Amino acid sequence: MNTAGNQRAEEAFVRFDKVQKSYDGEILVVKDLNLDIPKGEFLTMLGPSGSGKTTSLMMLAGFEPATHGDIYLGGESINNVPPNKRGIGMVFQNYALFPHMTVAENLAFPLKVRKMGAAEIETKVQRALDMVELGAMGGRRPAQLSGGQQQRVAVARALVFDPSLILMDEPLGALDKQLREQMQYEIKHIHENLGVTVVYVTHDQSEALTMSDRIAVFNDGVIQQLSTPDDLYERPQNSFVAQFIGENNRLHGKVSGVSGDECKVELDGGGEVVAKTVNNIASVGERTTLSLRPERVEIEPEKGQTDNTVTGEIKELIYLGDHIRTRMEVAGNDEFIVKVPNSAGNKPLAEGAQVKVGWKAEDCRALDPMAV
Amino acid sequence: MKLTKLLASTAIGAAIAFGATVASAKDLTVVSWGGAYTKSQVEAYHKPYIAKTGVNIKSEDYNGGIAEIKAQVEAGNVTWDIVDVELSDAIRACDEGLLETIDASALPAGADGTPAKEDFIAGTLYDCAVANIVWTTIFAYDKSKMPNGPKTMADFFDTAKFPGKRGLRKNPKVNLEFALIADGVAAKDVYGVLATPEGVDRAFKKLDTIKGDVVWWEAGAQPPQMLADGEVAMTTAYNGRIFNAVAGEGKPFEIVWDGHVWDLDLWVIPKGAKNKDTALDFLKFSTATEQLAKQASYISYGPARKSSAPLVGKYHNKDIDMGPQMPTDPANLTNAVQNNFEFWADNADQLTERFNAWVAK
Amino acid sequence: MSDAAIGMNQSANNGTSGEPLIAADGIPLKQKLAKTTRRMKVQAFLLTVPLVLFLIVAFVLPIGQMLYRSVHNDTGSKVMPNFAVSIQEWDGQGLPSEEIFEVFVKDMASAKKNREVGKTIGNLATRVNYEIPGARSLFTKSARKAGKVTEGPYKEALFAIDNRWDNPHIWLTLQRVTKDFTAAFYLAATDRKYDEKGNMVRADELYQIYIPILWKTIWLSALITALCFIIAYPVAYLLSTLPLRTSNLLMILVLLPFWTSLLVRTSAWIAMLQTEGIINNVFVYLGFIGNENRIQMIYNMTGTVIAMVHILLPFMILPLYSVMKTIPPTYMRAARSMGASGTYSFVKVYFPQTVPGIAAGTLLVFILAIGYYITPALVGGNDGLLISNLIADHIKKTLNWSLGAALGTILLVVVLIFYWLYNKLVGVDNLKFG
Repeated sequence: MNTAGNQRAEEAFVRFDKVQKSYDGEILVVKDLNLDIPKGEFLTMLGPSGSGKTTSLMMLAGFEPATHGDIYLGGESINNVPPNKRGIGMVFQNYALFPHMTVAENLAFPLKVRKMGAAEIETKVQRALDMVELGAMGGRRPAQLSGGQQQRVAVARALVFDPSLILMDEPLGALDKQLREQMQYEIKHIHENLGVTVVYVTHDQSEALTMSDRIAVFNDGVIQQLSTPDDLYERPQNSFVAQFIGENNRLHGKVSGVSGDECKVELDGGGEVVAKTVNNIASVGERTTLSLRPERVEIEPEKGQTDNTVTGEIKELIYLGDHIRTRMEVAGNDEFIVKVPNSAGNKPLAEGAQVKVGWKAEDCRALDPMAV
Repeated sequence: MKLTKLLASTAIGAAIAFGATVASAKDLTVVSWGGAYTKSQVEAYHKPYIAKTGVNIKSEDYNGGIAEIKAQVEAGNVTWDIVDVELSDAIRACDEGLLETIDASALPAGADGTPAKEDFIAGTLYDCAVANIVWTTIFAYDKSKMPNGPKTMADFFDTAKFPGKRGLRKNPKVNLEFALIADGVAAKDVYGVLATPEGVDRAFKKLDTIKGDVVWWEAGAQPPQMLADGEVAMTTAYNGRIFNAVAGEGKPFEIVWDGHVWDLDLWVIPKGAKNKDTALDFLKFSTATEQLAKQASYISYGPARKSSAPLVGKYHNKDIDMGPQMPTDPANLTNAVQNNFEFWADNADQLTERFNAWVAK
Repeated sequence: MSDAAIGMNQSANNGTSGEPLIAADGIPLKQKLAKTTRRMKVQAFLLTVPLVLFLIVAFVLPIGQMLYRSVHNDTGSKVMPNFAVSIQEWDGQGLPSEEIFEVFVKDMASAKKNREVGKTIGNLATRVNYEIPGARSLFTKSARKAGKVTEGPYKEALFAIDNRWDNPHIWLTLQRVTKDFTAAFYLAATDRKYDEKGNMVRADELYQIYIPILWKTIWLSALITALCFIIAYPVAYLLSTLPLRTSNLLMILVLLPFWTSLLVRTSAWIAMLQTEGIINNVFVYLGFIGNENRIQMIYNMTGTVIAMVHILLPFMILPLYSVMKTIPPTYMRAARSMGASGTYSFVKVYFPQTVPGIAAGTLLVFILAIGYYITPALVGGNDGLLISNLIADHIKKTLNWSLGAALGTILLVVVLIFYWLYNKLVGVDNLKFG
């Protein structure tokens, strides 16, 4: 279903092969999932709730059986391996720290299960605590820690038994914004330092962009696109991805001409623009939705600098320090956003003014049509 | 200090509120044992009395004992006007000052003109109590299951000859007497033997022989039910309960009269009863010759007056002669014991402890 | 932010300089604070007043009265006020003096005439009979004749009425009985008594009832608690994991016993369990057992245990359920993900978190079981006699309230000891009743 996941390398560490999942026998929550994750990768499953991302993670962890298909770990099918035999570390949404144990006992739990010696356990626990900078907190109960500290303990616990694969299920969801951003970096650094494979589930696209090597965007039980963060942002493969990742201006229209990887589009709101054709839009007469990032639009561009120029009306100006967020009406879309950098020589803007806006053809992607 | 005052005034307020609901002077609260027994009293005493005087009778049930009487008298709020009690309870309540005294000479003479004091069977009139009926504890069996049933008290204790469970009341009273009779003690000597430590040991030793087969009962309604369910092969019971199961429900039960221990039910008036005078009037009315005889046509308990005996006829709705069903019938008294209230007043505390210890062992 | 910080600095300075903090209107800050919070405190107190009053009237006073009654019995001094004073002068050697006999006979004669509740000779007779079986008739009979004795020597006159008076035992007992405070009821409640010389001794083995029954009650309650726990734990687990609609339906089944009267439930068990009952009939019909070998399931320990477990089960399930409901399934998943087997995860992770519910449930069931008596009396047969039956007997039948109170106090102490033990083991803060 997607061609971006094309490197079906034999050395794939985790592999979903034609995996399907249904809870009630009527609706498929996961439809034909094929996904290869090489060793050491930080892969994020991103999507709205109900898109199948968490179910996929739970199948990998072993808490939900796949209805159809196989899941491989290190080349072996793990369909019939119970969760405790899979050797996968996991961080849960609400951390799932055992409230009746101290932090150190929580960390020692997976080691005791593995029947390690007391001295070895102590060393490893201390090392894991130091890694998350909680060296002195070993004797406390989880309830005595702050949210951020609990989160770190959860990460440390998932890592302490040296699993080669870590699963994280929205681990930062319960933290406030500032702490969440800080933890994103910390987790990323831990991943870089240890070289473990991480499969991370979130519905927060900025979190996904910040942390991941690759992102699998889920919707409706299907991976919509599997790419690196910049690829995903710069080159969304369909309207859903363009809409879900980052801010996006949409213009609806009809293809009126095709030449090479560019096409002409007649906008519903009047005017004709040139856009870059993306895989599934081909023939003249087809409807399409154009996707255009706000920061790629220029106001009053110099002649010849942009491939497309249209006139719009400024509806609202919001001062945001580094840039001015400008809401305009362009070609019938009155939610057209332009980010105007707050740099020296810029002309002052006024609400209600008619201005020209322009953009390059390569920044405007003609994607599958979305409902107007 | 303030708190106690507040509490006291609250309590008084509550007492007044409750007091207001107490029955008016035209009402009479009569308390008895419920079931078929109360029904016989309603038919023989209450209905004729209401017809004669217009007094409104409120009938209440209880399970015996003097705890409620004591509580009411001590609280100074006596709502029971006249109560049907067992002899030992009547004596004790009287001794402890819980009852009004009753002048026996004020009771009406018998229908044949005999003065009350002579008409009542000896030992049925007391300082505070007037007997109405004689009841007894017998044992009974289901003759449809045991055609050649037991004849004597010894048979009751003979589980080799008559296998099966035995129903006994969970109380030392009567059981110890039965055990001695079964062990060969003559009815008239039972309390003499029981007064000695050896006699008590002998009774418990006899009870030991059937302990493993005993099913205990506590309420009078249980024994006929246990017999009907086949839970026991034979059981001790109040004779009226067995008779009613036979006459009323057609059960194939047979009473064995050998060695039965008879006792009295008596009317008493709690001290400070609200309607003391009406209660006394009702007492005189209900223990008259005619009323006692009439009660005997509803239940097989013997009238306490000699003059009632000739008037006892048939069961109220069936062709059954009530005479032979009476504990006081001469044929039933050949080997019978009268419950010795004095013995039990002296020894109940101690023997109950021993009995409980024996049961639990 | 910074303003507040400055303000705080100033306050700190004020504090260190030793001057009290002053509010804007010049009243010391502490006074001001106390004033504003007093109103809330008064309000909070007023809200609890009905409960406090209720507890005092329905709980504290009765328990206080029970404790008092168990050691205080003034029958002797009320019935024979003069004798109660003079007998205390006796040194306990031989028999009391002629003067004391005179007081006794006169007190007895006036007590005989007294019909006041609690002051009759019958009251004293009952009281002495607790300690000397047979004393009851000695008192009631002698009292009838005491009025005729008008002149000395009173000692001989009394012996003439009944020679049992010529026994130091009775006078030693009377000396004790006429004191208002006594340990006699605690002695009786622990199967002890005063012997003829006034020494405390254990009662004859044949008469030892209270201590064996108390042990049996504790043991049986523990057994019932354990069985309730074994049955309730899986049920509560199921209830906490099922979807709401199904679990609500099951919960109704669990609570059903609450909505049926105790006697109806008990009678139903009799109908089920008796030898000619439903279960035995089914067994015989199916050929599991012969008609001759019907199983005795009632009127013995089995019947008591079955019926009591059924009645008390909800009290175990509810606290367990409420605790289990709060344990998210991710804990078990987390444990499994770390390599623990299902059993290990359950034992080390799930079970410890249910301890508050277990503690509350077992404590609740144990305390309720230890006080139950109607059900055991009806279905327990020889084994149905528990300590509460004896207490009820003394309160309702024998009217020996002092002994009942002493037994009740002992039972209360036993429960408190268990509560204390529990507190030591799991901590009261860890109890979660629902």
